[in-house]
Formats: sequence, structure tokens, C-alpha cells
Amino acid sequence: MQNAVISARELTRTFGDKAAVNRLTLDVLRGEIFGFLGHNGAGKTTTVRLLNGVLAFSGGSATVLGLSPAADGPALRRRTGVLTETPSLDERLNARDNLTIYAEVYDVPRDQVNRRVDEILGLFDLADRSKERVGGFSKGMKQRLALARALLHRPEILFLDEPTAGLDPQAARQVRDLITHFSRQEGHTVFMCTHNLVEAQRLCDRVGVMEHGRLLAVGTPVELARQLGSRARVEIEVAAEHVQRADSLLRSLTADVSVEHDTFMIGGVEREFVPRALAALVNAGVMVYRVAPAEPSLEDVYFALHERNETS
Amino acid sequence: MNWRGIRAIIRKDLMVVTRSRNTMLAMIVVPLLFTVALPAGMILLSSSQDMLDEFSPDGDMALFFNNLPASINDELSAFPQPNQQIIILLTMYLFAPMFLILPMMTSSILAADSFAGEKDRKTLEALIYTPLTDAEIFIAKLLSSFVPALLVSLLGGLAYGLVVNTVAAPIMGRIFFPNLTWVALIFWVAPAAAALGLGAVVLVSSRVNSAQEANQLSGLIVVPLVLLVIGQLGGVVYLSAGVVFSIGFVFWLLGAALLWYGARTFKRGELLARL
Ligand SMILES: Nc1ncnc2c1ncn2[C@@H]1O[C@H](COP(=O)(O)OP(=O)(O)OP(=O)(O)O)[C@@H](O)[C@H]1O
Ligand SMILES: [Mg+2]
Repeated sequence: MQNAVISARELTRTFGDKAAVNRLTLDVLRGEIFGFLGHNGAGKTTTVRLLNGVLAFSGGSATVLGLSPAADGPALRRRTGVLTETPSLDERLNARDNLTIYAEVYDVPRDQVNRRVDEILGLFDLADRSKERVGGFSKGMKQRLALARALLHRPEILFLDEPTAGLDPQAARQVRDLITHFSRQEGHTVFMCTHNLVEAQRLCDRVGVMEHGRLLAVGTPVELARQLGSRARVEIEVAAEHVQRADSLLRSLTADVSVEHDTFMIGGVEREFVPRALAALVNAGVMVYRVAPAEPSLEDVYFALHERNETS
Repeated sequence: MNWRGIRAIIRKDLMVVTRSRNTMLAMIVVPLLFTVALPAGMILLSSSQDMLDEFSPDGDMALFFNNLPASINDELSAFPQPNQQIIILLTMYLFAPMFLILPMMTSSILAADSFAGEKDRKTLEALIYTPLTDAEIFIAKLLSSFVPALLVSLLGGLAYGLVVNTVAAPIMGRIFFPNLTWVALIFWVAPAAAALGLGAVVLVSSRVNSAQEANQLSGLIVVPLVLLVIGQLGGVVYLSAGVVFSIGFVFWLLGAALLWYGARTFKRGELLARL
């Protein structure tokens, strides 16, 4: 693909006779946030290692930013940033030292090191704690610092391995905002491993779903839903005194109807169902207060994929 | 070679290790013990009747005199008094193997912290994703342990010389340290001992998961030094200049072999696979 910054062809890595990544073929486009989903042990971390040239391939090929991970590892890693599963910070050092050392290692121009470290400490809300030992930081602060370190050298692709795992909702949101900022403001590519489906749905342009080292599907959540034939769901709220009338009417139109108080939940319908049902209700004099069509969630898609994979 | 990156890793390793109180304590107390307290104590005891008895022809040290080589005999004959001779034997010869503990210990403690400690502290993964090559990481870690070990043995040698010459001045009447044995020891054998300690740690570090385990296993490397101590007491080997030079040669060979093997097996992919 033309605009692909990551492209893998039949990429494979085995440990013993077990394939951690099994013939993975995948393109990730410049500027997108790509979600890499899968259960524990699906091969997400291994894929990140392969794509950054820190682990040798057992088979297949890949180019990342036009470079070969196997042959040009150092040159490639200069242009990628990786947030690892554990923050991997030097806890005996303070936040500033953690950043400064990596700025040097990543060859940030000398006259910019201090400015960039200050800047990113500020952006990540760590400026007033920068002289404290990282060992005393909260999990959220460590994660922000690790993310800051991964961004210091302005990587063209940012790899994130479960960036919000174990964070409280507020800390997770902060991290998500920073990721979006990096991607949208600076136009860089993000490759994000996660098993947080809500997060993936909210953040990612496209997702790929892995299972046992194999890629089951790739696409936008909506595309995946279409491929799977998943249908939309609709919620319709009506006036309490019209519930009965609406109930018989809706049930005459479709099968999957349930009701709670004055709200109907209707599943497994086409888009076209919505205007049709609405017209029928209004014609019958039902007062409709709210219609909320819902695309199938990534969660629906995810489990449907795994189910389909299991049965096939 | 990305020297800027290498320097940054060295700086990091040294900053990290100096923030561990126990390690720093060991690295300060042991050298002081070996270069100040012990030699001063030996010299002060050298005129005691006990010591004179020990070194008399039928004392406990008799074995030591059995095969004394000519070079050492000549050196002793320059000092007529028994307590002067005892000082020469103690400070120049019997103590010499102990001195080698300094570079060996320094390099192996630092290397354990730098190589195995990186796994302990779970910082290896970030390091592995840096643009540094395997060789650059390896060199950074070698230097961060080897250079301080060299400094410790140079400063230790200097301190030892000052202490020995000063404390023994009333008895010896002149500056007598160093002799050729010690020049070879400080400039030739001590760096080799540092390399050997380092090599041993590199070898075990890939197989263990903590700095502590690495230290315990690599502690075995002081065995050759203990053998030298026993060998001298038993009159089997004497640390004359020639012997010291040969020992240095053997240490260099062993150290280089271990490090060469360590360098060949130091691959980030392998390190990860063992995590
Ligand atoms: N170094 C290794 N040696 C042996 N097996 C490994 C190694 N690394 C990974 N594996 C195996 O490969 C498979 C994929 O692991 P990987 O860590 O890539 O999964 P993951 O999708 O990142 O899982 P998680 O969500 O738990 O982080 C697992 O079965 C794992 O046990
Ligand atoms: Mg993982």
C-alpha cells in the first residue's frame, strides 16, 4: 500500500514449536491510530518487538518507515518510540534524569535537550515533580513519564503496549488525551496494543484483531461489523401511556424487541429500519421522545470474530 | 559507534548504582579496609613479640621461607632488622593478592548492577528499544564497570603506598614502597583482575535475574586470589615481579576470553527471550 508506514507480509515468529506471531500480513497507514487487539498471549507484544527489530523474524518480511527491522534496527528505532508494557523507568533516578538520559541516547540535538525535556514535563503535568525519584510516583505518573520518554525524540511512529492498563479512569483519560494530541496535532502514526475495546473504539481509526498469533480481521470498527453482518441496534423512548401500542407495532415489524419502562431496545436491524419504524409509530399517534441508533460496538465485533474463528 | 549514546548509558548506570546505599557502602568500606586499616594494623603489629615469633625459623611462617627466591632475599638483605623484614614480607608479598580483591570486587559489583540489575529493575525493555546497537550497549556497560574499577585500583594503590610508607617510616627509616611487584600489580594485574571479575559477571548475568544472584555466583572468581594467598603461605609460589607479571597475563587471557564470549552472546533478542 502506498501510504503504509508499516507493512508486514507473512511475518512469523516462533518460540519452540509455538508460533507467537503467525503469518501476519498487515499495513498501517501514515497518520492513523491503529488499534491492535487481542487476548492475553495473542502476540501483540511480540509483533511490536518484531517491527522494531529487537526480535528476529522466524519467517516473512516487514518494512517500517521504509526500513527493514532486521537489517536497519538502529536507524529504524531512532524514528520510532515505544511505550512498553511496564513503564521500564529507572526508579532510583528522578523524572528529569530519566528523560535527559534518553534524549541523549536518542540523539536529540544537544542544544535542544533541556528545552524539550522542560516542554514535555510541562505538557505531561510532571514539571513540579521532576526532581523527585520516580520510585515514589503513582502508576499514572509513571505511565505519563514513560510516554513522555517515548515521545522526546519526536518519533514518526509511536508504539503503545497497553497504555492505560491498570490506570484509574482519570489517569487513563489523561494518557488517552496525550495520545490523541500526539496523533492529531503532530500527524504521527500510533500503533496501539490494547484489550480495552471501549478505548480502541473511541481512539482508533482502524483496528486489527489478533488471536493465537493470527490476524483475524482488519478495518474500521464499522467495516468489521459489516463484514461480519452485524446489525445495528436502536433505542426508542416513547410516552409511558403509549408503550403498549408501540410494543405491538414494533413487534409486527421485527423480532428482536425488548422493553424496559418506556424504552424499547431493538437489535439486529438494518439502517433502513429506523425511518420505517419511526413513520409507523408517528402514524399510530405514539409520542416518540428519543431515537438512538447505535452502530454495533467494537465489543460486539470482537466477540463475534472470536466466535466465528472458534467455530470455523 | 554512537559515543554520545554510550556515554549516556554509562552516566545512567553510574547514577543508578551510586543511589544504592548498600553498594556504595561496600565500595567505600572495603577499599578503606584494604588500603588503610589492614596495612596500618600489620605494620603496627610487626614489632610485636608474637609477630617476631611467627616469622622466626621455627615459627608458623617457617614454610614461607623454605623456597624464598633470590630476588626477594636480596630485597630483604637491604633491611637488616627482623621487624623491617617482616614489614617487607607482609606489605609487599603476603598482602599483594588481597589488593587484587579491590579491582575485582569493584568491577563485579558494578557489572552485576549494570548487566543483571537492569533485569531486576525492569528497565531492560526500554533500553532494548533504543537505537543503540547490541555492541554499543555492551561497550557502555563494560566501561561503566571497568573504568571505575581502574580508578579504584589506582587510587587504592596510591593510598596503600602513602599509608605503608608513612606508618612504617619510623621503622624503615626511608621510603621503600613500591617495588617492581607492586608496580606490576597496580598497572598490569589490577586491570586484568577487573576484566576477569567483569567477564565472570557478564557470563552469569545472562543466566540470572537479579544483581544479587549475579554477585553471589561471580563471587567464586576470588578463588584464584585465595589460592595465591595460601600458595605463598605454604611456600609454593612467591609474588616476585616475574610471577606477578605472568599472573597478570593469565588473568588478561581468562578475562578476555570471558568477555569475548559475553560479547558474542549479548544479543537484545536473546536477552528478551530470557526475560
Ligand atoms: N521470549 C519468549 N519465549 C517464549 N515464549 C514467548 C516469548 N515471548 C512471548 N512468548 C509467547 O508468545 C505468545 C505471544 O506473547 P505476547 O507477549 O506477544 O502476547 P500479548 O498479545 O502481548 O499478550 P498480553 O496481552 O498478555 O501482553 C505467548 O504465548 C507467549 O507465551
Ligand atoms: Mg503484551
